[in-house]
Amino acid sequence: MKTEMICAGFGGQGALTIGKFLVKAGMNEGKNVSWLPSYGPEMRGGTANVSTVISDKPVGSPVVAHPDIVIALNQPSIDKFAPMLKAGGLLIYNEDMCPKGTDRTDIKVVSAPMTTIAKEIGNLKVMNMVAIGMVMGNTELVKKETMLNSIAPLQKKAPELYDMNLEAIDKGYELGKK
Amino acid sequence: MAEKVLMKGNEAVAEAAIRAGCRLYFAYPITPQSELIEYMARMMPKAGGVFVQAESEIAAINMVYGASGCGRRAMTSSSSPGIALKQEGISYLAGANLPAVIVNVQRGGPGLGDIQPAQGDYFQATRGGGNGDYYTMALAPSTVQEFADMASLAFDLADKYRNPVVILADGLLGQMMEPVEFLPAKTEAELKELDNQHLDWCCCPNEDEPNHHHHEINSLEIDPVVLEQHVLRLGEKYDKITANEQRWEDYNINADNEILVVAFGTASRICKSAIDELNDAGHNIGLVRPITVWPYPYDAVYKAVGDKVKKVIVFELNLGQMVQDVKIAVNGKVPVDFMGKVGGILFSTDEVKAKIAENLEEAK
Repeated sequence: MKTEMICAGFGGQGALTIGKFLVKAGMNEGKNVSWLPSYGPEMRGGTANVSTVISDKPVGSPVVAHPDIVIALNQPSIDKFAPMLKAGGLLIYNEDMCPKGTDRTDIKVVSAPMTTIAKEIGNLKVMNMVAIGMVMGNTELVKKETMLNSIAPLQKKAPELYDMNLEAIDKGYELGKK
Repeated sequence: MAEKVLMKGNEAVAEAAIRAGCRLYFAYPITPQSELIEYMARMMPKAGGVFVQAESEIAAINMVYGASGCGRRAMTSSSSPGIALKQEGISYLAGANLPAVIVNVQRGGPGLGDIQPAQGDYFQATRGGGNGDYYTMALAPSTVQEFADMASLAFDLADKYRNPVVILADGLLGQMMEPVEFLPAKTEAELKELDNQHLDWCCCPNEDEPNHHHHEINSLEIDPVVLEQHVLRLGEKYDKITANEQRWEDYNINADNEILVVAFGTASRICKSAIDELNDAGHNIGLVRPITVWPYPYDAVYKAVGDKVKKVIVFELNLGQMVQDVKIAVNGKVPVDFMGKVGGILFSTDEVKAKIAENLEEAK
């Protein structure tokens, strides 16, 4: 079993962090993983994105051309990466910043107003945790329990955000199940 | 078993170098290698070592020369254009029989090029790179784990042969994160032992030696008769390295291979994915991945060309620099074909598959 994913958004929205936490949880479940960020000039003003692989076998190419999952935090990310999704793949997107959504009908689409949810919880920074929750709610990529263990160090690092992170994951998880 | 941590290649090789006993690191920042120097700036002082952000790449390699001449494990790192600047210093290190580790996180070239992953420094790494008759060992990692493991290997090889060793990575390996397990850090006693093995030649005074032997670190020898002997001795050293230190990985090599692929570093990973997919579909493709690109594993490549192999295909992120070595290895037994990408562009698994498939068709 190999799952390839691309997470993308404006720089600062936390797209790279979504990939990092999912991959870390995958690693803690004993899977082989890779996390490959874009680091070129396109990061300035355009989309920041990361390609991740979580696999039972050693990871060959860390470059993802046909993702199983795309997480898009803004419209340019959908425009760029949704066309690359495998047929039957999963698109998770942020309704607040993706007014057009996607034209594709051969994929599964799960969306939520992630920005609004994060603001309601109390901090825009936890938006990426909503997205992480949605992935876990909708797929079996990583277990929620492993994720909670993986983010436990955040309790010390950013205690003021920790409870909000947990709430964001829970909210996302429920939304993802739908 | 040590715990696995998720780390960028740049940071992993830095951590591994400190654990391997590197206590002197000098460099100048450049993308896509900068996390390496940042990690060293943060962690080297904590390990009781010396970190200097030099005024230039040239200054950094000459600081390595000085530190190594004093008998300590010293390292520098950069990316392609910066490594080009260091070549004079690397030639001096080789001429003076000094161990050192140089990490090259390659990017697109020539000149300033761009900042995306490439393998265009193959000739530079495998053919000396600077002036004069010399070679540097060149280790080419393909995963973050291997990148980290090579720090320790590179220092050991550098010490064993008193020769500079290059770790030839690229921007992809530097920037990506993968799980890494580190070797335990060397203890104080082990570090002392490492230093002691340099005492018979280095410039550090040896208190135990009766007359504090005078040692000279130099790459200038104005008398041709003396220089001739020196260079011949270097040649003997390179022969020994060539005989003892070839490393490679055989991937699905067997007597029924239809096509043999040769690729190193990042390119080899993409090839592995393509080969897995083709082999799952009933083909039989093998891959040789040189781990040392100097000394080149010529025999291993030759032996992998089984009787049923119709063609050898080389995949590289350059214009075909390794093709020369593959042709020497294959020695005319079968045709050698090539596919490359340049400018910091990677080939996709699909493109590699298509190239191999096209040759499978021809072979029928």
